[in-house]
Amino acid sequence: MSEIILSARHLTKSYKQRSGRFGLGATQVKALNDVSLDLKQGSTLAVVGESGSGKSTLARCLLQLLPLDGGEVLFQGRDLAKLSGSALREQRRFLQMVFQDPFASLNPRMRVGQIVGEGLLIHQLGTQEERHDKVVRMLQRVGLSEADMQKYPHQFSGGQRQRIGIARALVLEPRVVVCDEPVSALDVSIQAQILLLLKELQQEMALSYLFISHDLRVVRHIADEVAVMYQGKLIEQGSVESIYDAPAEEYTRNLLQSIPGRRALAA
Amino acid sequence: MTELLRIEGLTVTPQNAPDKLLVNNVSFTLESGKTTCVVGESGSGKSLTALSVMGLLSSQLRLAQGKVIFQGQDLVGISNDELRKIRGGRIGMIFQEPMTSLNPVLTIGKQISETLIVHQGLGGQALKARIAALLEQVGIPAGRASSYPDELSGGQRQRVMIAMSIACEPAMLIADEPTTALDVTVQAQILALLNELKTRMNMAMLFITHDFGVVADIADDVVVMFRGEIVESGPVAEVLHNPQHPYTQALLACVPDADGKRPLKPIDYAWLNEGAAA
Repeated sequence: MSEIILSARHLTKSYKQRSGRFGLGATQVKALNDVSLDLKQGSTLAVVGESGSGKSTLARCLLQLLPLDGGEVLFQGRDLAKLSGSALREQRRFLQMVFQDPFASLNPRMRVGQIVGEGLLIHQLGTQEERHDKVVRMLQRVGLSEADMQKYPHQFSGGQRQRIGIARALVLEPRVVVCDEPVSALDVSIQAQILLLLKELQQEMALSYLFISHDLRVVRHIADEVAVMYQGKLIEQGSVESIYDAPAEEYTRNLLQSIPGRRALAA
Repeated sequence: MTELLRIEGLTVTPQNAPDKLLVNNVSFTLESGKTTCVVGESGSGKSLTALSVMGLLSSQLRLAQGKVIFQGQDLVGISNDELRKIRGGRIGMIFQEPMTSLNPVLTIGKQISETLIVHQGLGGQALKARIAALLEQVGIPAGRASSYPDELSGGQRQRVMIAMSIACEPAMLIADEPTTALDVTVQAQILALLNELKTRMNMAMLFITHDFGVVADIADDVVVMFRGEIVESGPVAEVLHNPQHPYTQALLACVPDADGKRPLKPIDYAWLNEGAAA
């Protein structure tokens, strides 16, 4: 369909894990084993897998939050892994992340206005007044109000906190947003609200999402393309229809058959 | 069709706020060989209902009213000693977090043996044989009895918890979100195991969950809770395919379907509050 905004080529990353009696031995765990993928402009690529599959490591490596052992990450044609401190920081504005746990990812000692406005301040975007206006507009867009700027994170419910996390990421007008299990900690009714909000914002702001999830029901609703990870490898990749209707790999088939209530709730 | 448990007018409040009804006049029954799912969102009172049945409410809370009649005996108000004899014996329990529920410094064989020693007075070879048989029943090789919890995967730990809970062949199993922390393929295995054990041992199962997909796979009957009250209950097929209460309808519309054909529709609480008032 359109141009590729973020591209990963042959990513590798391994961790040392203590093993054996009293952890005296050490084994290498390959969290990413030659992973390559392309994120198309304006689309949603979901990375699915079970715990330990390497999907969260992939998210962090793509944004250079973890150093890679090998491979390259091309954002608009530039290799992020080769960029130095200040050049990388400039790019970070366009590469934002929404985290899983809205309780752990917001600083409890900062007011919401500061949390959402901090990125604008760091990147020195606009005057103080302009920044304030941007924060207000962003908060209103995600369903909060100007008055909420003065409050602290603990005064909000889980769903509202996730809205704050989304506002913090999107106020910088990024191009790519990595969402790491953004709705896993939420009740199903709140989950539906947040998923719809993410979809609307994608349209309005021409965002490209890399959506990390273990929930295949959620992925079916949000993704355009799906990449399946298993033990550090990307075993299958394709459009959401092709993966769900005709999975090529045995593991993917097993994963899809394990979705609870698959038959009974189909309707 | 034997009634095993009858909950009547169960009401739970905080100790210091008797007007705040966390569980409000909840009544339902459980039959042997059947699974009843209590489903609801956080704060609906589903876990408090299960804890009340087991007499395990925290000291901050008070069972203000209601009866919990298990095999003809009201469990409300009986002594802790009597309750302890029933819990782990005639009523088995499993919880969400298999890691925090297991003692990390004891082998799993040792932990399974505790229930058997306390409730059945087993010892020696009989005890060893029973532990081996239980592990086999839940799909773990008997040789793993000498393993410690950290040597097992999450799914295996939950299997150990299940072995402990069914050790005394309980008439009823209470399971509070037992698969929520597990990967989806492991979840499917554990649900299948629980279903099989329920049928083979003719147990009644009280299954607490927030996931309608799990409900569809395991329930015979469903109880839907919202803000402390039961809004709807009935056989699983009826509640899932022909929900009567607006909240059940709205909640089901929030559940993403695996085929992605139905658009997601978040709950309109303003509309729901009006509907409830009308």
